Amino acid sequence: MNGLRKVNQNGRNTTANVHELTAVCMLAGKILLENGAETYRVEDTMNRLARSFSVYEAQSFVTPTGIIFAIEGCDVTQVVRITHRGTNLRKVTEVNSLSRLAAGGKTDLESTHEQLKRIDRSTRGYKEWLQILAAAIASSCFLLMFLGKWNDLLPAFIAGGAGQAGVIYFHRLTRVKFFSEFMSSILIGLIAWASVKAGIGMEINKIIIGAVMPLVPGVPITNAVRDVMAGDLVSGLSKSAEAGLTAFAIGTGVAFALALN
Amino acid sequence: MSFAIIFLIQAITSFIATCAFGIIYNIPLKPLVHGGLIGSIAWLIYFFLYQSNGNDFLATFVASFVIALMSQIFARLCKNPVILYSVSGIIPLVPGGLTYTIMSRAVGDNYNLAIHLGEKAFVLSGAIAMGLIFAEVLYQIFKRTFLRWNRNRPDRIAIFRK
Repeated sequence: MNGLRKVNQNGRNTTANVHELTAVCMLAGKILLENGAETYRVEDTMNRLARSFSVYEAQSFVTPTGIIFAIEGCDVTQVVRITHRGTNLRKVTEVNSLSRLAAGGKTDLESTHEQLKRIDRSTRGYKEWLQILAAAIASSCFLLMFLGKWNDLLPAFIAGGAGQAGVIYFHRLTRVKFFSEFMSSILIGLIAWASVKAGIGMEINKIIIGAVMPLVPGVPITNAVRDVMAGDLVSGLSKSAEAGLTAFAIGTGVAFALALN
Repeated sequence: MSFAIIFLIQAITSFIATCAFGIIYNIPLKPLVHGGLIGSIAWLIYFFLYQSNGNDFLATFVASFVIALMSQIFARLCKNPVILYSVSGIIPLVPGGLTYTIMSRAVGDNYNLAIHLGEKAFVLSGAIAMGLIFAEVLYQIFKRTFLRWNRNRPDRIAIFRK
């Protein structure tokens, strides 16, 4: 119980106990992992949180599907299963700044726990219509970046927005990521084909590439590569499998839509 | 079209596209604009490097290197996670269009071309990764060499600690 003794010796956080510290670290790790942080950041934040509350012997092991956290010398080991992973970098930022506060000794254990629970519950962020609009705008911008024609701006705008809306809707319907990405890329392919058929669009490939970009797994790819290079081999390989599956879903979806015609 | 117009269109569209990606990923407003700036600069580097010598490996590598370096600097200055700045800038470099082409060729029974392009996509992802890691290593070396006051702070280097 080395960690606990140190807490008491410091005279700060005398009511703190190892179990609450473990709960705090687990919650922080869970929020980070569920919202798209890199593996090394999750492990680092958990260990730092433990250290800033005077427990120096904490170990954490993070994979994309679960976290194991243990404190040496205490009978404290916890496992958390992570079932869904999205990308909400606002929560990552909030946990990061909370961990900085804790490292500076500016919050105690209880208030840190309260703050983490508040972050976990919060649904603050950009609204869904704004995200759909952003995807639509991004698609038409990508069309211009890839040297597409100005005539194709409107089809790319519509297809990109429809793709993002499709992902949100189908994901809510089934909770299967592969399926929602597959369905929305079919949607994108059909819209692009229809617009070319109706004479609004000109180059079907450019429209599709622009509209598909919001679905491309950019965060998983970036994180996977960093994880592998940092030595987190398990997380890196499983994240690249996830990214590869998404790319496969998008590719087959579009190809399916084009084969239908 | 003259050079200036192309430059202006590419700069504005890449800035807007990167910012829009930040909205999809729920990045807070201030890092969103910084990330857009980083993405725009990196895309301009990629675009004109690719146009001038036609080597997309080099262009992707340099652009992702610039993204990672600027993200490190911004993250250090604003005390935010690095991923906030780098993630949306990477998106235009990810060979998404190429992946689509591969799949459509494979579905069209054109397997040789699909495998050929697949190798290319793999190499380009490797270029992005190498750019990111090179920048990070360079930044750590710089920090160890020039910022001596940092030495007695343990565990500043999270990624190469293990």
